[in-house]
Amino acid sequence: MSTIALQAPAIELRDVCKRFGRTEIIRGVNLSISRGERHAIIGPNGAGKTTLFNLISGRFPISSGSITVDGKSTANLAPQEINRLGLSRSFQITSIFPRMTVFENIRCGLLWSQGYRYSFWNLLGRQKALNEAADQLLERLKLSDRRNLLAGLLSYAEQRALEIGITIAGGAEIILLDEPTAGMSHSETDSAVALIRSVSEGKTLIMVEHDMSVVFGLADRITVLVYGEVIASDAPAAIRGNAAVQEAYLGTVAA
Amino acid sequence: MTLLRRHWPSYLPWLLAFVILLAIPFLFYDWGKGRHSGFVLTLMSEIGVMAIFALSYNMLMGQAGLLSFGHAVLLGMGAYCAAHVVLLVKAGTIWLPTELVPLAGGLGGLFFGFVFGWLVTKQRATAFAMITMGLGELVSSAALMFMGFFGGEGGISIDRVMDTSLVGVKYTSPWQVYCLLLVWAFIAAVLMKLQTQTPLGSIANATRDNFERAQFVGYDPRMVRLYQFALSGFFAGIGGGLYVLIYEIVTFDTVSAGKSANALLAVYIGGAGGFFGPILGTIVVVLLQSGVSLLSNAWLLYVGILFIVMVMYAPGGLIGLLFMHMPIWRAGRMRELLLPYARAFPPALIVLLGFVLLVELASFTTIGAAQGKKFSIGGHLIDTTAPLPWVIALAALVLGALWLRREARGFRERWDAVTEAIKLKGAMS
Repeated sequence: MSTIALQAPAIELRDVCKRFGRTEIIRGVNLSISRGERHAIIGPNGAGKTTLFNLISGRFPISSGSITVDGKSTANLAPQEINRLGLSRSFQITSIFPRMTVFENIRCGLLWSQGYRYSFWNLLGRQKALNEAADQLLERLKLSDRRNLLAGLLSYAEQRALEIGITIAGGAEIILLDEPTAGMSHSETDSAVALIRSVSEGKTLIMVEHDMSVVFGLADRITVLVYGEVIASDAPAAIRGNAAVQEAYLGTVAA
Repeated sequence: MTLLRRHWPSYLPWLLAFVILLAIPFLFYDWGKGRHSGFVLTLMSEIGVMAIFALSYNMLMGQAGLLSFGHAVLLGMGAYCAAHVVLLVKAGTIWLPTELVPLAGGLGGLFFGFVFGWLVTKQRATAFAMITMGLGELVSSAALMFMGFFGGEGGISIDRVMDTSLVGVKYTSPWQVYCLLLVWAFIAAVLMKLQTQTPLGSIANATRDNFERAQFVGYDPRMVRLYQFALSGFFAGIGGGLYVLIYEIVTFDTVSAGKSANALLAVYIGGAGGFFGPILGTIVVVLLQSGVSLLSNAWLLYVGILFIVMVMYAPGGLIGLLFMHMPIWRAGRMRELLLPYARAFPPALIVLLGFVLLVELASFTTIGAAQGKKFSIGGHLIDTTAPLPWVIALAALVLGALWLRREARGFRERWDAVTEAIKLKGAMS
């Protein structure tokens, strides 16, 4: 890895705006996330957190401004092209391959990064390294005993774990997780946090999260988004003490 | 069962199926005259071609979730290409063994699969279905306009007897062609089966399930659709090449919407979920088409009704119904279903007979009368204008249905109890 690449932030947003018709959802967001950082984006409902994810990952085009991933502009790139830059995301509403087995789900997450592309001459059963990698990841996700089950039949928490598994399978350096613990029980949240912590080791993690214990437990830095604008972006301690944040967001939680 | 399978090499079932299919025509062999039954050979050849066609269709529908209404275009273009290649070989312009004519069809199908695929795979779901339908119409009308390539309404006739065989066979008899067909059908089926286990095959499943997620693991769903479509064209084209060798003529009928519908019917009736579903469906559809059509004017109605019933009550098709029994079979509890099945059989038979009688009565009073045919059962002439047969048919249908409903309830209870018990046992172990 060259030093220039190291210096470039993992993700940089400059004056990013997103309008749907006349409604402006994201209003001039500037954000720089450096390599190896665990970054949380918080904010009240409708603040535009998921929209921001959709812009970064290329699901929606931006209306104005610029986004760079590893110093490369993502303008006019399709989602799969952004993914190939080493950015992978999960979805708030579970997005897996329901009619394929759990193992196949993970293997699909691995295929492109392992260079198989659109191959129709390699037999998957013979790809030892690929299958071992998929099984190892299943082990980490604690889904090994569900290996041959159709993904659509998993429990909710298991599907969320699989969602994270598909996201990280390709070995992306930048991982975007959209509310990974939403709808989970306490114990499920705990194991999800442990999982996220271990899989994001040495990588750049950006996550949208509502559970404050998860946010303050995991994040190195927190960005607060309110009505499509960044009102603060700082270390957790500073965010806790920030008056504007307390008023706009944390205050409403305390009340 | 599992024990046996463990010791079986994976190709053994294929080998077994091949031998059985090779042997079946001999069951109808006329030993007195020393020749095969032409009808059986034609029927089985038709099944072979249509099975390849249906399997290639399932590469789109089952594997990639793409509902095409114009798949016959690929079969037909493959057939036309193969026909022209045969003409060229005959003219001495090129040299190609007869055995490789289907491959020429396949390459033609691949080429047109790529070209047409480029157009149609830009979209998915309903838009894809509509574009393929338009494409089918387009090629059908082109087939009547461009005489040079398509030969107009008369199509292109060939003579399959060439002197270029690799194994010294002239292919003068349907039996020889059937053997060639069987070899190619197996090559195509094995390759298609293997394709489902490749990265492309797996990602095709992924785009079927959730095309957006596939994008976020690095794949362009459009390219997945395109390659899958082109490969499907290759196999449909092989079917086309075989079609030419069997019938020695190819007309615009091969690219028509009716042919496309055939593949769709076979896949739906057989089931898109399992690899062998389309083959089962093809057997049923071709038997109805070629067998029942000899007996009844209303054969198309039976196909339609079967299609509707399957879509409504067994969306997984015949293969889906078989799969449903697998856990029970494995648990060794099929015996417990024997009695409920036996009890449901008589009312089901009565409903079926009542329905068939009703349809045939109607068909004989209309089309049959126009053709001057008389309706007779076991030598007894039936007066289709008298009320009695109608009353009997209706009564059988209604009473049978009521009885069947009663038995079905008992059957369902038994079924649920057995599957529940198996699930519980599975969860505990």
